[in-house]
Amino acid sequence: MCLAVPGRLVETYREHDVPMGRVDFGGVFKRVCLLHVPEAVVDDYVLVHVGFALSTIDEDEARRVFAYLEEMNRLDELEAGSP
Amino acid sequence: MKYLDEYRDGAAAERLVAAIARTMTRPWTIMEVCGGQTHAIVKYGIDRLLPRDLELVHGPGCPVCVTPLATIDRAHAIASRPEVVFCSFGDMLRVPGSRGDLLQLKSRGGDVRVVYSPLDAVNLAASNPAREVVFFAIGFETTAPANATAIWTARRRGLTNFSVLVAHVLVPPAMEAVLAAPENRVQGFLGPGHVCTVVGCDDYAAIARRRNVPIVITGFEPLDLLDGVLRTVRRLEAGRAEVEIQYARAVRAAGNRSSQAMIDEVFEVCDRNWRGVGLIPNSGYRLRAAYRDFDAETRFDVAGIETRESSVCISGEILKGNKKPRDCPEFGRGCTPHNPLGATMVSSEGACAAYFAYGRHLDAMPIGVDAASTDVARESVR
Ligand code: SF4
Repeated sequence: MCLAVPGRLVETYREHDVPMGRVDFGGVFKRVCLLHVPEAVVDDYVLVHVGFALSTIDEDEARRVFAYLEEMNRLDELEAGSP
Repeated sequence: MKYLDEYRDGAAAERLVAAIARTMTRPWTIMEVCGGQTHAIVKYGIDRLLPRDLELVHGPGCPVCVTPLATIDRAHAIASRPEVVFCSFGDMLRVPGSRGDLLQLKSRGGDVRVVYSPLDAVNLAASNPAREVVFFAIGFETTAPANATAIWTARRRGLTNFSVLVAHVLVPPAMEAVLAAPENRVQGFLGPGHVCTVVGCDDYAAIARRRNVPIVITGFEPLDLLDGVLRTVRRLEAGRAEVEIQYARAVRAAGNRSSQAMIDEVFEVCDRNWRGVGLIPNSGYRLRAAYRDFDAETRFDVAGIETRESSVCISGEILKGNKKPRDCPEFGRGCTPHNPLGATMVSSEGACAAYFAYGRHLDAMPIGVDAASTDVARESVR
């Protein structure tokens, strides 16, 4: 029920005076209400739930878990390298 | 798809599992609050990857599941009326009331429609001025901004043929109810990532402090869930009962202020009945007085409908984390997704339905096995 999916904002417009956008979910396009993400601009990734964008995806934060995993890999290599 | 596929990498998952195992010095029990997380955990078998001493218990976070049978019967009473176009999210369609589900009602001529967004229901009302369009407004805080915005939009567009049946529920009071139960075993939480994109982390920080439990606001992909578990275990081991955001690519500590303002404009907090759990004080939203003219219960006079629940079902215990679906003698026998007896079987996010969907009733044990052989059986599936 609380499923929300990230997609790329490709176009913005207004409808009945409410900011709306077209969002690309890997080739599937949907109309999305942007009222609650005034900061979002075209090419941003927005997190969408039941046709509403709830937040914009933070690229730097998105990389964090991978940076952490790389760190673990490096540590393992160091350990493997030492007798 | 970007921001999804990379969070499903098997090798990375193994690294995280190993890190969890290295961090643990004793057994821990962690609850994932949200039904979407439960579904992902069972789907990807994450609970079976984890060290044996780490138990994930499934929380009450499925709004479809916890909507009381009486509310569903009220929905059906409204949807049966000839002048009504009844709109609902797809999840709600197959949830049986006392007499069939909405899909069956549709096949008997009821005008029942699935909408992707609550704004679609508003547009239906605008284009069908002679019909009464009723929207079934269910969900947690995640869905509340969308539903509130739809009602606010209907008011602005002057639509008098639009109304809502509201069954909104709130996560923090349910977590409090879990922790307050004398038999509680939960020591830490994976917090509901999407709920927190809306409301932020303040309420969760307060629970962490008051109840001395770590809460890690976690995403929904396998790596998110494992990362969330690792962070929770670290905090448990260090004795640090605080809130931490794992799902930082989507969640800001303050949440989404615009959504919060919209919720506050349209809804106010009220007591709610949770299917399987019972009444939880201050655990839901209802329409504010200024928006009561949109209330479908009053408009169609169905507030009096009450319904009794099955007495064999233990979903209340499952929702509180005390039992697992396999502990229920009806699981996969008298109770299946086609014929659910209780809350946790009605939607794919309910623990019973998720276990059933991924075949876990097939490795269910005969009833009455003792604890020792239960452990052996658990071991054999790892
Ligand atoms: S299997 Fe069915 S009857 Fe048993 S606890 Fe789950 S929902 Fe209730």
